[in-house]
Parts: sequence; structure tokens; C-alpha cells
Amino acid sequence: MKLPPYADLLNLSVAAEPAGEGPILAMPFDADIVGRPGFLHGGAIGGLLEMAAIVALHAALGDEDARVKPVNVTIDFMRGGRDKPTRAQGIVRRLGTRVANVDAIAWQDAREKPIAGARMNYLIARN
Amino acid sequence: MTDSASRPGFDPARFFAARQDGHGRRLGIRYRAHGPDWAELALPYDPDQIGDPGRGVVASGPILTMMDMATSIAAWLKRGQFAPQATLDLRIDYLRPATPRRTVIGRGECYRVTRSIAFVRGQAHDGDPDDPLAHVAGTFMLLDMPA
Repeated sequence: MKLPPYADLLNLSVAAEPAGEGPILAMPFDADIVGRPGFLHGGAIGGLLEMAAIVALHAALGDEDARVKPVNVTIDFMRGGRDKPTRAQGIVRRLGTRVANVDAIAWQDAREKPIAGARMNYLIARN
Repeated sequence: MTDSASRPGFDPARFFAARQDGHGRRLGIRYRAHGPDWAELALPYDPDQIGDPGRGVVASGPILTMMDMATSIAAWLKRGQFAPQATLDLRIDYLRPATPRRTVIGRGECYRVTRSIAFVRGQAHDGDPDDPLAHVAGTFMLLDMPA
């Protein structure tokens, strides 16, 4: 799966591609993604969540020739992101004809202890 | 266009000049202006930040980062001090794609502070404030205050 330039800036990689689920993205800790000292920037966490949502959506669309446009994103920050790797996965809640509802979670120590979660709505332009 | 009416406790221009690292710096986010309860930042166009290679449109993450910073600074200005706070939630509505190669301007405003929460909102545009590309709303937890 080819990730866009902003994913490269965040140093994202695909850590796993579980069958029937969204790919799990990994973001290493780096000084370039810090916000307040010692903690990840909320914007970098948001960027990771959005990339996880988009790759999950593309995985769900499969070979279909479609463009996705973000309508909105709501992010809940649950824990501070510390100086360790972060993982994220998108979960497609509904894939409709014109709209997709996608969730995403980001975690560090355990998936059951997310550092952030997001809900996103996408418009789907099928060609 | 620094507003002399803003409280002396927090100076965003100095805050930006002193900053040595972090995601905001990596993205090239710059200080533009501020008032008693608002701050304006700029995000210069950079091909490294593209999210949609087909159209050359900047990803939403950098805009989110700038709006998080602009609204956070607005909260410090409204509070009159630089004190610990953490983003509780942030919602962003993408009204239209950013125009490729244009600098994106983000303005954050803190419209209410309680004992433990700062309520913020903001808009981003790429030249014409009357034609915004994104709208945000969010809250910050004030970490030095009892809930």
C-alpha cells in the first residue's frame, strides 16, 4: 500500500494487515512529532489517525476506482502520547454509496488503553 | 498587528521565537498575529505535507496541527498565562480542499474559560478569510486546576 508524502513525514509504516480489517499503521517516536516537551503533538496523533482511517477505507473499497474526501474529523485525546512507538487502526463502521463512517484508535502500550480515538465522515466519489 | 490590549502574561511571538523543535517547527508553522483571546498562525505550502498526491492537496494533519496550536495559544492568551493544558477533543470540518501552493492561515479563538476547561473555535483559509477551508471546535483541559 502506497502512503502519501505526509505519511512519510510522520515516518508511518504498515505494521500489519489483518484479514478483513484495516491495516495497522506504526509511527516511531521522533523529535519532529513532539508537542509539549516529552509528549506527542495532538496534530501528529490526529494525522496518524486520519491516515489509519484512509487506509482502512481503501482496504474496504478494494479494487474499486473511488476517491475519498474527508468531510470532518472529531478526535478525543485520552492519554498523553509518550516517547515510544504509536500504532493506529481504522475501523470502517459503514461503507455506503456516497458516505463512509470510519472510526480510528491510536495506542502505545496496549490496544485496550488507547491514547486517542477519532470518528470521521468521508464522501466517496466513485468513478 | 500585535494587540497591546492582550495580557502581558503570555507572548506568542516570543514563544515561537524560542521554540527549537517539535511538530509545529517541522511543518514550518509560523506566528502571524494575536489579540486578547485569539492567535493567527501560518502554514506554508510544502510538497512533503501532501495527502492527496493526485491533486497536490495538503493533508489534513498539518492543518489540524496548526489549528491545535492556534487554539491552544488563544487559550493561553485568554488565561493570561502559559500554564499546562491538554487537548481534550478537537473537531474539524473540511469545508473545501486547500488550494495547492498557497499558505494556509489559521486563526484560533478562545471564547470561554471555566475553572477546568477552555472552549475554543477557529477557522483556516488560504488567502480570503471570507472563503474558509476548515472550521474547528474543541476543548482543552486545564491541568493546573482542580476539576
